[in-house]
Amino acid sequence: MSDESSLRFEFIKGIWHENPVLRQLLGMCPTLAVTTTALNGFTMGVATSFVLFSSSIVVSLLRKVIPQQIRIPVYTIIIATFVTIADLFLAAEFPELSKALGPYVPLIVVNCIILGRQEIFSSKNPVYKSVVDALGMGSGFILTLVILGSVREILGTGSFFNIILFDNFQKWVIMALPAGAFISLGFFVALVNFVSKKQATGYK
Amino acid sequence: MENNSKNNLLISSSPHIFSNLSVQKIMWNVAIALLPAVLVSLWLFRIKALMLIIVCVLTSIIAEVLFLKLRKKTISISDGSAVVTGLLLAMVLPPSIPLSLAALGAVVSIVIGKQVYGGIGQNIFNPALVGRAFLMAAFPAMMTKWINPFSLDAVTTATPLGLFKFSHTFVSLKELFIGTVPGSLGETSVLALVIGGIYLFSKGYADWRPSVAIFVGITLFSSILYIIDSGFGSPLFHLLSGGVVLGSLFMATDPVTSPVTSKGKWIFGIGIGIIIMVIRIWGGLPEGVMYSILLMNAFTPSINKICRPKRFGT
Repeated sequence: MSDESSLRFEFIKGIWHENPVLRQLLGMCPTLAVTTTALNGFTMGVATSFVLFSSSIVVSLLRKVIPQQIRIPVYTIIIATFVTIADLFLAAEFPELSKALGPYVPLIVVNCIILGRQEIFSSKNPVYKSVVDALGMGSGFILTLVILGSVREILGTGSFFNIILFDNFQKWVIMALPAGAFISLGFFVALVNFVSKKQATGYK
Repeated sequence: MENNSKNNLLISSSPHIFSNLSVQKIMWNVAIALLPAVLVSLWLFRIKALMLIIVCVLTSIIAEVLFLKLRKKTISISDGSAVVTGLLLAMVLPPSIPLSLAALGAVVSIVIGKQVYGGIGQNIFNPALVGRAFLMAAFPAMMTKWINPFSLDAVTTATPLGLFKFSHTFVSLKELFIGTVPGSLGETSVLALVIGGIYLFSKGYADWRPSVAIFVGITLFSSILYIIDSGFGSPLFHLLSGGVVLGSLFMATDPVTSPVTSKGKWIFGIGIGIIIMVIRIWGGLPEGVMYSILLMNAFTPSINKICRPKRFGT
């Protein structure tokens, strides 16, 4: 595999083959909790991707310095630093969004997608590869959250990115509730499994 | 093998005893048993009931066919389970609900309630109640709007349980028994439901234990409360009002989602009865039959586990 195509693979895998939410089922907590609207999902996705991207660079740079025995605490500190930056930035620039996301921005610290990528990828790969991996995983996360958020927002409130789509829309209140998150996530995982199964049999 | 076929012997693994019951037979007989309640609902709510029943049943059948086609499985509409699910869903919906929402409920019943678990016999929760719970969570305003029987106007009113909960007044027991009160399509008339229930039990199409256990649970619990304070409502009021009779005769007896053993069925039923009373007395909602049945459905695997019969010889 040439270098360029392998980089492309590292990027695409985050969106499809190893999509953090739909294939690895990681980061369920923010996925289910903040996708009440597309905008919330998007903000959460961007904040998480920023943390993932920045900490991947730092971890990858320091991968030969960090002692094996204490690597997890070190990753956590690095991640927590960027989470604090993201949290304070959101609170200062977009106070309403920050309020809507509540404790889920500080909770990015314990998002298993981020720690997982450091452990699996950044600590073993050079910076340029880690960056591509983080970008791929981040894009996959943002995409999934926006799609989930859109479906829940359209059905739950009849609007899309806060733009009202239908007048007199009979709101599906359940879609704005946690039950709606579980139902729609379940259907998405099923859909992705269905499509990838089709792909797999197609290759044979 | 050749020898056997010559002697007309059939070799098979156990079970060797077959009852003449089949899924098909049970389902169609449940539909027959629901007939009195259907007729009463047509008498009480006229065209609204008729449209609601037609929409729910048809949508259930269509959803089942489409889903089975999608999964490339054999289409088994003739087993009647989709018809019964649709019919039961219509029976537990308020008559004034828009038909489009009823259709959505039927799709949820069939797809989320039954097919995603693997189809008939695999579901954890009663499909019709899953549909109703979905509608209840999605459209709470529509699901708590009630109309008076015999009136086609949209004047909203309260169910007997709503009156009991929010204004502490009681509807006469006679009206509750005959069913000329506001409520979901099929739950109002205890008389019609009991006729259907007796048919099911006498023919052996359903087990009487869960139903009787629910009645026992409610009677015990509400008797104690009634002795303490008659404002909690008499046991008879709690038995006759709301969805108790419909739920216990037609939903708690669902062989798929209720425990297998007799002992398990008693635990299951008494549990439902107690939860119904707890929701009615202390909960935020006036009625709790749906949630209590769904909750005990969730416990069914555990009940089956603790009530496993001892193997012979061990």
